Amino acid sequence: MHPISGNFRALLLYLAAWGPVSAILIYLFVSLGGLTWTRASALAIPLCLVFAFVCLSAWYSCRSIPLVSSGAWLAHLATAMVASLFWILAARAFADVLSTSESFSGIDQQLAGVYRILFGTGVLLYLLAIALHYVLLSNEAAHNAEKREMEAYSLARDSELKALKTQVNPHFIFNCLNSISALTSSDPATAREMCIRLGEFLRKTLGLGEKSQIALGEELDLVHAYLAVEQIRFGKRLKLEETTDSTAATFPVPPLLLQPLVENAIRHGIATLAEGGWIRIEIRNGSPQSLSIRIENNFDPDAPKRGGANIGLKNVRQRLDTTYGGRARFDVRADREQFQVALEIPAERTT
Amino acid sequence: MSQQARIRAVIADDEDLARQIIREMLQKHPEVEIVGECSNGFDAVRMIGELSPDLLFLDIQMPKLDGFEVLELIADNIAVIFATAYDEHALRAFEYHAVDYLLKPFRADRFEAALERAKERIGKKMSATAEQLSAAARNPGQYVERIVVKDGTRVQIIPVEKLDYAEAQDDYIGLASQGKQYLKQQTISSLEMALDPKNFVRIHRSYVVNLERVTRLEPYGKDTHVVILNDGTRLPVSRNGLKRLQEFLSGR
Repeated sequence: MHPISGNFRALLLYLAAWGPVSAILIYLFVSLGGLTWTRASALAIPLCLVFAFVCLSAWYSCRSIPLVSSGAWLAHLATAMVASLFWILAARAFADVLSTSESFSGIDQQLAGVYRILFGTGVLLYLLAIALHYVLLSNEAAHNAEKREMEAYSLARDSELKALKTQVNPHFIFNCLNSISALTSSDPATAREMCIRLGEFLRKTLGLGEKSQIALGEELDLVHAYLAVEQIRFGKRLKLEETTDSTAATFPVPPLLLQPLVENAIRHGIATLAEGGWIRIEIRNGSPQSLSIRIENNFDPDAPKRGGANIGLKNVRQRLDTTYGGRARFDVRADREQFQVALEIPAERTT
Repeated sequence: MSQQARIRAVIADDEDLARQIIREMLQKHPEVEIVGECSNGFDAVRMIGELSPDLLFLDIQMPKLDGFEVLELIADNIAVIFATAYDEHALRAFEYHAVDYLLKPFRADRFEAALERAKERIGKKMSATAEQLSAAARNPGQYVERIVVKDGTRVQIIPVEKLDYAEAQDDYIGLASQGKQYLKQQTISSLEMALDPKNFVRIHRSYVVNLERVTRLEPYGKDTHVVILNDGTRLPVSRNGLKRLQEFLSGR
C-alpha cells in the first residue's frame, strides 16, 4: 500500500506541505509572470493540488527502480520531465476554462508566459518527491527487516525449546545414576544391567529424535528400555501391564510419542505412591487403518504438585497435530485416582 | 551398644536404593545410629515426631509430602542434610541455610564432609530453623499451593483456596478452613509471604484474610473497621490493613 495515500494522517501532512509550495509558485507567477495576486492564486493553488497527487506516483517508480541501479537518476529525470509536461497540459486546460469567465479573461495568454517557470518547478518538485519516497521506502525496509529478525528469533527460540523438551529428563538420569551407585556394592550384576539398559535407552532416544516417523515396534523398544531402568529403580512399587496386538509393530508413528507419556505416568503416578502403583499400556490395531493406544496409571490426588506434566502432554498433542492435522485423536482424562491418555492415529506415512 | 553420645539419624527417601546407599555409607560411622527409615512425607513427619532424631537425611520429591513440607512440620533443632537428584532452585537456597546438600549420585568423601558439618551443627545445637530453610527454598514470586499442618499425629493438608483466614496466636498461627481451626508453629509474617498477595491480604497485625471470603467492610467504632466473611466471621481491620484492603478492592 502507498505509504502516504494509504494513511489518512500522512496524506493530510503531505498536502499541508504543499501549502508553502503553492505560495512560492504564486510569488513566482506574480514577480516573473506579471500576474495579479488573485490570478496567480486562482491558477497556482489548484495546480499544486493536482501536482501533489501526480507526485505520489513517484512511489511506483521508486519501487521499481532501486536507488543503487545505474542510470536511476536519469530515468527519474525523464519521468520528472514527463510529469512536468503533463502538468503544463493540465494547466492549459484549466486556464482555458478559467478564461471563459469575465474576471479571468486572458489568463490563458498570461499562462503561456510562465510555461518555463511551471516546467522548471515541476521537474524540481517531482525530483524532490522521488527523494522523499526513497526515504520512505528505506524506512519501510528497515522496519520489515527488524520484524523479520524478530520472527526468526522467536522461531529459533521455539525450536530450541522443543529440542529441550524432548530431551531426557535430567531428574531421571541423576536418580538412575544414584541407583547404580547404590547397586555397585550390594548387587554388582544388577548395577551392570542397569548401566546397559540406561545406555540402550539413551542411544535410542538420541537416534529417534531426528526421524519424522518410525515403526511402533521401535518406539516400544524405547519404552521398554526406559521401563526396564525404572523397574530397577522402583522395584516392587512399579507394576506393569501391557497388551499389544502383534500386528501393530510395523505401524508408523512419530518418534518419542509414547515414551514421554509413560514417563509422565511414572513421574506423576508411581513416584507419588509410596505403596506403589500400576501402569497399563494397551495398543490395538484398529479397523480398518488406525492404531489406538491407551496408557493408564493410578496416582495420589493429594500428592504435592510436580511440574512438567502439561508440557509433556502439550508436546505430544502438538506433534500429533503437526503430523496428522486433525486426523489424530488425543484424549486426556483424570478421574479421582486414575489418569488415562487415549490416542488414535491414522495409518499415514509422512515423508 | 556403647554408652557414648550417639547421633540418632532418620533417612527419608522413597527409593529403596537411595536409602540403601546412605545406610551403607553410615556403616563406617558407629557413632551414628539409624533409628528409622521411611519412604514418604507423612511417615517422615510421624517418625520424626516420635523419635526426635538429631540428624535427618531428606529427599525432596517424595510421595504425600515433599521435603520442604516435611521441614515445615518438624522441630527446628534437627540437622538436615538434603539428598536430591536435581533441583537447581533449591540448591541456591541450600548454599545459605542447609547443613548441607548432597547431589545424587554423591561420592563417599562428599558424604563424609556433609556428615562432618552435621556433627558440628549438632554439637553447637544451632541450625537454621526449619521455617527459614523452607522459606528460603521457595522461589521468589512463587507461592505455596497448600499448607501442611500437624493435627495430632496426623498431617492435614489445606489447599490455600480453602483457607479462610489466619490468626496470630503467640508463637503459633490459627488457620481457619471450612469451619475448622488448625494450629501451626509459624509466624504470621512468614505465612503472609508464602501466600499469593493477589488472594490474601494482611488486614491486621494478627490477621491475614482470604479476599474470596470477604463479603463486607464496615466501620466499627471511631477509627477501626471490621470485615465480615461469608460465614459471618468478623475480623478486625487496622488502619494500615484498611489501606491495603481498599487498594485491593478498588483494583478489582
